[in-house]
Amino acid sequence: MVYLDYSATTPLNKEVLESFNKVCIEYPGNANSLHKLGRDTYHLMEAATKQVADLLKVDSKEVIFTSGASESNNLAIIGTALKYKNRGNHILTTKLEHSSVLETVNHLEKNGFEVEYIKLLKNGKIDLNDLKNKIKETTILVSINHVNSEIGIIQDVNEIGSILKEYPKIVFHVDGTQAVGKIKVNLDNIDLYSFSSHKIYGIKGVGCLIKKRHIELMPIIHGGKSQTIYRSGTPSVPLYVSLAKALKLALGDFDNKYNHVLELNKYLKKNLETMKLVHINSNEECVPHILNLSIRGIKPETMMHALAEYDIYISTKTACANDDSLSLAVYEVTMDKELAKNSIRISLSSLTTYEEIDYFLKIFKEKINELSIELGE
Amino acid sequence: MNRIILIKYGELTTKKGNRKLFINTLYKNINLKLKNLNVTITSDLSRMYIEYESSEEELILKKIKEVFGIHKFLIAYKTNSNMDNIKNTIKEVMDNTISSGRNYTFKVETKRSDKRFPMDSMEINYELGEFILKNFKNLQVDVHNPEIIVHVEIRIDYSYVYLNEYDGLGGYPVGTLGQASLMLSGGIDSPVAGYLAIKRGIKLNLVYFEAIPHTSLEARNKVIELAKKLAIYGGEMRLIVVPFTKLQEEIYKNVLENYPITIMRRMMYRIMEKLSLKYKSLAIVNGESIGQVASQTLTSMNAINSVTSIPVIRPVACFDKLEIIDIAKKIDTYDISILPYEDCCTVFVPRHPIINPSIEKCIEMEQKFDYETLIDEIMNNLLVIKIDENYEINKYEDVL
Repeated sequence: MVYLDYSATTPLNKEVLESFNKVCIEYPGNANSLHKLGRDTYHLMEAATKQVADLLKVDSKEVIFTSGASESNNLAIIGTALKYKNRGNHILTTKLEHSSVLETVNHLEKNGFEVEYIKLLKNGKIDLNDLKNKIKETTILVSINHVNSEIGIIQDVNEIGSILKEYPKIVFHVDGTQAVGKIKVNLDNIDLYSFSSHKIYGIKGVGCLIKKRHIELMPIIHGGKSQTIYRSGTPSVPLYVSLAKALKLALGDFDNKYNHVLELNKYLKKNLETMKLVHINSNEECVPHILNLSIRGIKPETMMHALAEYDIYISTKTACANDDSLSLAVYEVTMDKELAKNSIRISLSSLTTYEEIDYFLKIFKEKINELSIELGE
Repeated sequence: MNRIILIKYGELTTKKGNRKLFINTLYKNINLKLKNLNVTITSDLSRMYIEYESSEEELILKKIKEVFGIHKFLIAYKTNSNMDNIKNTIKEVMDNTISSGRNYTFKVETKRSDKRFPMDSMEINYELGEFILKNFKNLQVDVHNPEIIVHVEIRIDYSYVYLNEYDGLGGYPVGTLGQASLMLSGGIDSPVAGYLAIKRGIKLNLVYFEAIPHTSLEARNKVIELAKKLAIYGGEMRLIVVPFTKLQEEIYKNVLENYPITIMRRMMYRIMEKLSLKYKSLAIVNGESIGQVASQTLTSMNAINSVTSIPVIRPVACFDKLEIIDIAKKIDTYDISILPYEDCCTVFVPRHPIINPSIEKCIEMEQKFDYETLIDEIMNNLLVIKIDENYEINKYEDVL
């Protein structure tokens, strides 16, 4: 198998699974129980929380475990909107967001909130002047993707955060799902930060929202204090531990892993650029882990299925984008509807090898030739 | 009042050629020891001076008592170099120190390094003595065996007044006499041996032989606790955890009933030699004490020691157990050492370990299995933990 869809999800690291299994068996107590068995689990949960906090250089009290990045995004956005609606109802975001942000702000828009989209520069970066212009008295939330999931554009969230520092009433949320483990993350200027475990070789079904101390949130799942007061339910300590473990492993040996992916990306790009009909949509502002391209005239689904016959897995748009016709993100950076319709995403990992890339390139080239003949190109 | 800690180097001042290295190392060690405190440290060829916040005095004094290479130290009161100021300072110091409920004997001892000062030492002693007698009715002069010595040092810019000195730990500054590797078990002797090696200025690597699952993670954590105590004196150290399980199991499979401990020690020494090369240690240090157990008879030591040519230093070789325990209590390792976790020297102990092993027999038995490959494997799977006195054990290391 040649798996090139690491931005959809990553294979589970065995060490993470071992931790999960061990905690499931050895810590049967409910972390909320007051007897010894419960306290043992509680202390382990505390240690896992502290590990996540230390790795991200925040405080233990700022870590909220969730079921994944979608829940983290929902909690961040709805929780802020409900908590601070007395201050205003204006929310700023971009068209490059993941659907769990876009759908959530849509939902709020239908319920009396005002949503505006910040303009993007040609390279896909946020137009900071437009951001400043759009801020108004009623603005309560700015939500921005750290790394876009379709093309991989990195936003300078640190700089955006420092601009927003001048507006103490605005909460700054960053969706870091595609950033954690791929680029270095600094949360100093960020109020809320979402990420998930299964993008960093962890288990599906657990994520995290970092919430700085000075921010309050209205919970969306009620039922009393759990790991935090912001999210009820019996704490899934095995999952929390697995996330803490996955995060530690993901951030370990960071530079070597990053450089490997960077070299793979260069190699892949160099070869793709020579192929007919191929247009690369990802640019210099993107993480090397994501390479988005379009093949003029060839439907991405056709290519995806053709490659799958050879056990090669790539993705069309993103696994979660639910607009059937067009990639908003690709359209935003290319302003070309055809490219936006025909985009595919190749996503790389430090686990990816040159042999895999060569095999992919060989089959991909053959398939372009075959499919373009069928289409009469 | 302006107080300053004054440190006297002691034994190291006799080492003329290396004096600079010794002083610089001591300076570095004291700096590290006080790194989170608000201090200014300066040094000259005979002394070191620590200026500090008076609120931190107690803590600083405690830490100074944990540094090797300090012979004596004292708290000096700094004042201007004129007789009135010196007298006022003496009065304040005495008020703070002596109680009015009993009588004391005293003398004044003056050093005058500023020879321009208009009086000589004898005259100053006389005048200050008279001043003290006038102000403190419960003090009498005794120049031969005084309870209190009032020291006065007169310098160009300022003068120091101080009373009695405190003893420092002595020894040499850690790091001035090179590096060695300590075989650290969970027992009472090896931490004491380590402490004594540190005292002589040796920087230690700590080596712990682990045989999980025969030994537990608790046993390792116990060793880490001991290492933290040694780090109080020895600074940050490497704890090298040696995965010994497979080799130990092979030994018990292949070796005659009463020889396994002897062979195990020989294997440990072989690994110690490799570790010494890898981590640049010049000697092996351990807690062996003559006659204490079967592997510590002189015959056993011969059979075991013959596998290596690196010097093996046994600081407690000639100490009685009770003498060792006294030091263990002083350095706070005793209570940790007596915690009941097995270490790899105590699991698999034969009922009658041999006290007079023969080297020929050892070699013969060792030919029965390929220990060299096992040792190579061990060397590739070492776990190295950096430990300082504030190191925190991650209790959940197996899952987090």
